Amino acid sequence: MSLDADAVKKIAYLARLKIDEADVPGYVNNLSNIIDLVEQMSAVDTEGVLPMSHPMDAVQRLREDKVTETNQREIFQAIAPKTEDGLYLVPQVIE
Amino acid sequence: MSDYHKKTIAELSALLQAGEVSSVELTQYFLDRIKSHDEKLNSFITVTDELALNAAKEADEKIKNGDAGPLTGVPIAHKDIFCTEGVRTSCGSKMLDNFISPYDATVVTKMKAAGVVMLGKTNMDEFAMGSSNETSYYGAVKNPWDTDTVPGGSSGGSASAVGARLAPAATGTDTGGSIRQPASMCGITGIKPTYGRVSRFGMIAFASSLDQAGPMAQSAEDCALLLNAMAGFDERDSTCIDKEVPDYTADLDKPLAGLRIGLPKEYFGEGLNAEVEKVIRGALGEYKKLGAELIDIELPNSGLSVPVYYVVAPAECSANLSRFDGVRYGYRCENPVDLMDLYTRSRGEGFGAEVKRRIMIGTYALSSGYYDAYYLKSQQLRHKISDDFKDAFEKVDVIMGPTAPDTAFKIGEKSDDPISMYLSDIYTIAVNLAGLPGMSVPAGFVNGMPVGLQITGNYFKESQLLNVAHQYQKNTDWHRAIPEDFS
Repeated sequence: MSLDADAVKKIAYLARLKIDEADVPGYVNNLSNIIDLVEQMSAVDTEGVLPMSHPMDAVQRLREDKVTETNQREIFQAIAPKTEDGLYLVPQVIE
Repeated sequence: MSDYHKKTIAELSALLQAGEVSSVELTQYFLDRIKSHDEKLNSFITVTDELALNAAKEADEKIKNGDAGPLTGVPIAHKDIFCTEGVRTSCGSKMLDNFISPYDATVVTKMKAAGVVMLGKTNMDEFAMGSSNETSYYGAVKNPWDTDTVPGGSSGGSASAVGARLAPAATGTDTGGSIRQPASMCGITGIKPTYGRVSRFGMIAFASSLDQAGPMAQSAEDCALLLNAMAGFDERDSTCIDKEVPDYTADLDKPLAGLRIGLPKEYFGEGLNAEVEKVIRGALGEYKKLGAELIDIELPNSGLSVPVYYVVAPAECSANLSRFDGVRYGYRCENPVDLMDLYTRSRGEGFGAEVKRRIMIGTYALSSGYYDAYYLKSQQLRHKISDDFKDAFEKVDVIMGPTAPDTAFKIGEKSDDPISMYLSDIYTIAVNLAGLPGMSVPAGFVNGMPVGLQITGNYFKESQLLNVAHQYQKNTDWHRAIPEDFS
């Protein structure tokens, strides 16, 4: 196993995913198998090969710095779980 | 009653223009088919009866007034990954079960502008992560050719619906084979265009450097008609390519004499079902009769495409799916005790197992100390895989082989074994890594189950791919076959 239970729990924490204790062994098994598959990459020498950033070597487009979108806060907040006075509500962060 | 479901879009369009059928009649006909047949398939998540009939009425007006295009009044389905204003857009996930999109994806906007009528939203693997449509929160989709088997994925609902002719065509997306592999398994024609050809705006992101939308239909001609409406530059997608869109139907009738077809030896080796190979060899024989030349080629690094993909795609998905936080839209857990609990439980409860696996693999691959070994390495190998294709296209015009190593597998057969599931995309993934256009075309059957021929072309050669597929379809009728229970 390339990953153990502690590693899986740490990754889940970094990814902000709550994983049931009972599911941890399954993830240890599956994720280790995937990592083993991925390790096949190390068999090939890639010294000096440029990493590919875009299939057609396109570069990021720039546009003029002017307002193009209008404010649609009410429409977007209509589908939010909890809002008040135009603000998104979450559990209290500061005591 | 007329057998409208046995007609292609090109044929339905002619009937509409001639006034032999109205869009309202046609739309009602397919809504009725969905109602009476989809229980067996589960190919739709949402059916939009009322919206469809209203759009059909508008289309009929346009036809009457003489300002109709070739797609005006034609009903199709959208994969539930495309945002549709005022309609639930679930992406096959509990996370977005309550998500009514506030806007349309560019693909949806363009289809509306072309007068296309939306029948509903099709089922899919959760967030397009899967090859069998079994990871959907809304349950597995069934293959119309044998309802004990999978339709492929992730565009499994679209493939199943078109295969059973519950819709004349549907949209799909393809990140590692998600248009081509289900098209192959359900006996339909699908094309994944060049990366950047179709706008990704409003198409819920999975792996942004690989995702591309395309049509899934009964024939190459229909795919050409649909791609005419879908393709084009969009300033709202920063990776969309600003390049003129040709008329994809213009080259359909070009003869194939002298066409050079490359056959990668890696696609005909170990792991390929011998009966599937026979079907593919049969199709290649047909191309020879049409005057094409078959040339053996090599794609030496293609064997690494699955490992490379399972770094690139999860890494990008872990970043893209961080937006689902239980705060702004989508699922929120009940009674969160603090902010961390809100995040971790909303995401833990809202995502299914395969999505969580991929987020975790991506998080691991991008975490401090592992970046060079995984993500950087994968992007370097991606360059090598892409260079293999460049070399090949010096010698050949198109590349052919099987779309998938086997026909559709049984539901449940691979769902506990992610690796064996991943390997069902072994022939399609390299095309996404290189950003090339690819198609799957029905080429025959093995034990009553469809087999797809994969055709890959050079960048922006969609017209050529569609021409190559159309000439084959003019000389064969595999694409006309309809499963008995739905005929």
